[in-house]
Amino acid sequence: MSVKRLRGLLLLMPALLLSGCNLVLLHPAGDVARQQSELMIASVIIMSLIIVPVLVATFVIAWRYRASNKSAEYDPEWDHSTQLELVVWAAPLLIIIVLGAMTWIGTHQLDPYRQLTRIGEGRPVAADVKPLEVEVVSLNWKWLFFYPQYGIATVNELAAPVDMPIHFKLTSTETMNSFFIPSLAGQIYTMPGMQTVLHAVINKPGDFDGFSANYSGHGFTDMRFRFHGLSEQEFGQWVAKVRADGGDLDTHAFDQLNQPSRAEPVHYYAHFDADLFHRILNQCVDPQQMCMDKMMAIDAKGGHAMHGKSTDDAMSADSSMTAPAHDAATH
Amino acid sequence: MPDRPAIWNFLLGRLSLSSLPLDNMLVVWTFVVVALGGAVVLGAVTYFRKWNYLWTEWFTSVDHKKLGVMYMVLGTVMLFRGFADAMLMRGQQAIAFGSNMGYLPPHHYDQIFTAHGAIMIFFVAMAYIVGLMNFVVPLQIGARDVAFPFLNNFSFWLTASGVVLFMVSLFIGDFSHAGWLGMPPVSELQQSPGPGVDYYIWGLQLSGLGTLLTGINFVATILKMRAPGMTLMKMPMFTWTSLCTSGLIVVTFPILTATLLLLSLDRYIGTHFFTTGFGGNVMMYVNLIWVWGHPEVYILILPMFGIYSEIVPTFSGKRLFGYSSMVYATASIMLLSYLVWLHHFFTMGSGADVNSFFALTTMMISIPTGVKIFNWLFTMYRGRVHFTVPMLWTMGFLFTFTIGGMTGVMLAVAPADFLLHNSLFLIAHFHNVIIGGVVFGAFAGVNYWFPKAFGFRLDEFWGKLSFWFWQIGFWVAFGPLYVLGLMGVTRRLSHFTDPSLQIWFIIAAFGAFLILLGILSFVVQIYVSIRRRDELAVGNDPWGARTLEWSTSSPPPPYNFAFIPRVYDRDAWTDMKKHGYQRPLQGFNDIHMPRNTAAGMLLAALGTIFGFAMVWYIWWLAIVSFVALIASAIAHTFNYNRDTHISAQDVAQFEQHTGNWEPKAKGATA
Repeated sequence: MSVKRLRGLLLLMPALLLSGCNLVLLHPAGDVARQQSELMIASVIIMSLIIVPVLVATFVIAWRYRASNKSAEYDPEWDHSTQLELVVWAAPLLIIIVLGAMTWIGTHQLDPYRQLTRIGEGRPVAADVKPLEVEVVSLNWKWLFFYPQYGIATVNELAAPVDMPIHFKLTSTETMNSFFIPSLAGQIYTMPGMQTVLHAVINKPGDFDGFSANYSGHGFTDMRFRFHGLSEQEFGQWVAKVRADGGDLDTHAFDQLNQPSRAEPVHYYAHFDADLFHRILNQCVDPQQMCMDKMMAIDAKGGHAMHGKSTDDAMSADSSMTAPAHDAATH
Repeated sequence: MPDRPAIWNFLLGRLSLSSLPLDNMLVVWTFVVVALGGAVVLGAVTYFRKWNYLWTEWFTSVDHKKLGVMYMVLGTVMLFRGFADAMLMRGQQAIAFGSNMGYLPPHHYDQIFTAHGAIMIFFVAMAYIVGLMNFVVPLQIGARDVAFPFLNNFSFWLTASGVVLFMVSLFIGDFSHAGWLGMPPVSELQQSPGPGVDYYIWGLQLSGLGTLLTGINFVATILKMRAPGMTLMKMPMFTWTSLCTSGLIVVTFPILTATLLLLSLDRYIGTHFFTTGFGGNVMMYVNLIWVWGHPEVYILILPMFGIYSEIVPTFSGKRLFGYSSMVYATASIMLLSYLVWLHHFFTMGSGADVNSFFALTTMMISIPTGVKIFNWLFTMYRGRVHFTVPMLWTMGFLFTFTIGGMTGVMLAVAPADFLLHNSLFLIAHFHNVIIGGVVFGAFAGVNYWFPKAFGFRLDEFWGKLSFWFWQIGFWVAFGPLYVLGLMGVTRRLSHFTDPSLQIWFIIAAFGAFLILLGILSFVVQIYVSIRRRDELAVGNDPWGARTLEWSTSSPPPPYNFAFIPRVYDRDAWTDMKKHGYQRPLQGFNDIHMPRNTAAGMLLAALGTIFGFAMVWYIWWLAIVSFVALIASAIAHTFNYNRDTHISAQDVAQFEQHTGNWEPKAKGATA
């Protein structure tokens, strides 16, 4: 084989390899991820305006002024030029101004807390559409999804109707994870005792990869789930299947589920305790524990230990409180 | 505590025979190889009767040049260790697909990526930087040593203490599996009850203290000990970047110390700073560690920018273009580096305003960095560029780092980061800037200043081979990681199910193999150069360089300069040469110098024992060693016998011998 053909082949190889793989971040199936991806590509194009000339200039200048090229000009004392230095500060500054403006707008528009106003290019969300509510909990090491509108819950399997805005509320029992479905939308952390939010929409039917994108211990590698984008009708069937096959997720079943496990299979629950997500978030699944929101409400009123008076007022503010207040004081 | 008579628990804490990982053959064989290697080295030192030499000339030396060399040796040894970890990870990820679980269970794999990251940053990159700063800065500013020579020796041994604890963890107990930043809640007692995280904490506390002392030392040295005439704006660029890096160290390393202290309080006495529940908050640790961690990456890169700023003018035979711009660019990078830490966790869910602010400050850093790249290009412009080994590394840096900078700005676009965060794209990016910037810079610096340190050049052939293996190996190893990142593959996975990913991991593993050849070529380069040292011998100024370190002998005398030079120009040595400088051969005086001391080594040894005792809950030993440490430190302050004089005759003899010495074989100049 000639050197030229070999070189051609070598150049072709990356192209062949790339054609065989799915660069999901460059053409995702959800509108949010697509906008994020477009910003990423736009930033590369804008930066190329300066990066490509610099890379070319590096080699051209180094070659032209190589020591053996005696015909090139040599000016060993030339070390300053006000005009040039203005240019070298101004050129990257201009690029960054453009990129910065783009980033500022994009960061606000694609803020995961911001409700969706569109489900695609030129397709605003209809006024009467109520988003699908999903409550997400990362456990060691699996994902639990509540569907409060349907009264069902699943482990390691998530589904949503195509073109339906989804409103995720996310928390974690113990470790920090990151909820990520690359095809759908950018990731968001799940953290114990805290709630994060993500708005997203899936525009194409399909079976997508979801996983934790933040290392959380030994079972992290297998902390994966499937995300199904379904038609309205298929979604109804899926909900019915979960209801038919599912068990009951009460406090006891949750304690079982919360034991660390790796590569947990899919579970369905046809019913769950209504306030379970609230109690997971506030770290009071164990009835002996005072809920954090309760504790904070008491603290906000000055606490009870400090004034030695009853916390009944504070307790009545939230009926979910199950433990006597003095238990909390020991924590 | 193990189940055994109380006296054993008192004496040994939680240390027992079962702490030895005898069930893990990989570790056992590593131990056998390390033990045999160690025995050979110790045996050779004994056989050749070099203990006295090592002790008096190196271990107890307070000479900044020797400490610099010891840092470089330490960094290189740890490069082997950190790279062995890298090879294990690349091998695991290349084969662990489908039913093949590979050879590393998660328990072991997680420790390896933690060790790899922590070692490469703290004991390779930091050791190289501090080593080069130690060797070069006092020479470059025309000083005879650093401001606090004993402290400098103590800093080195503290760094070595950290290394000892990290290495011991390989064979006694295990290492942290919480990632190189020890993120809770994984690093908290509940999920890491073993000694691993404690090894990590105490190793970093000891070496971090050493780094902090180095920072203080170099701020003082550079601000107070410059040769007369060297105003701030006449300092060489490497000295400027060293000053900025030292400033960053002084301000940020206490944050690391405090953060790790809070984590150890959680682990040892049951506080709840970062625990899940009970008022603990993980987000606080993430913020604190990155408030230190982001400036840390500029601590690493700034001195390397300085090295390139020395090499480009030297091998272009031309003054550095835009010196003032370079200084202001360095200073603005230093300041901006405090204002960007949140870009490491845009995805934590801060508001859009907060994320936008940190995205913009991050992007702003690319402006002064871009200015630097342009200024290096304009320095070559109208120059006479010699493609020596240091210059090749610099060219490789310009190419690689520019692309790494671009992917960095991509990650700074906050909405894009929601997709790219924690992916292999991120891994490719930071290796792109750390290998392309810091490692290339370290090798450029080693090749550049080696003749100054030892009086002979490094072999060109093996140097070029090493460069090309690294340069090509880097792209073969990390190009696929960029692709995998865009395929949505996240970091720190020990097993995969999707078979279409495998080919990329196999290519990446091959790239790591090429880098291995690059490292081996470097070892051969050192070996061959030592064998051919007479042929490669050089005079005082082999490169036709421009700064003061090249005005003294190669290697420099212990006192660096018989007469402190007077500086009139930025390129002080070029200026002296232009004015026909002749080195004086008489009229010498006695020179006042610091005396060697074993105190630094003793204190650091006590620190190591204290750290080990804390890791294993051996409380009596911890108390004894800590009291001994404090007592020795106080006792050392009463040692007034700290200085010595080099007599005028000795100075005269050295100067007349080496002052204008040139090698007989003239081929040695570049």
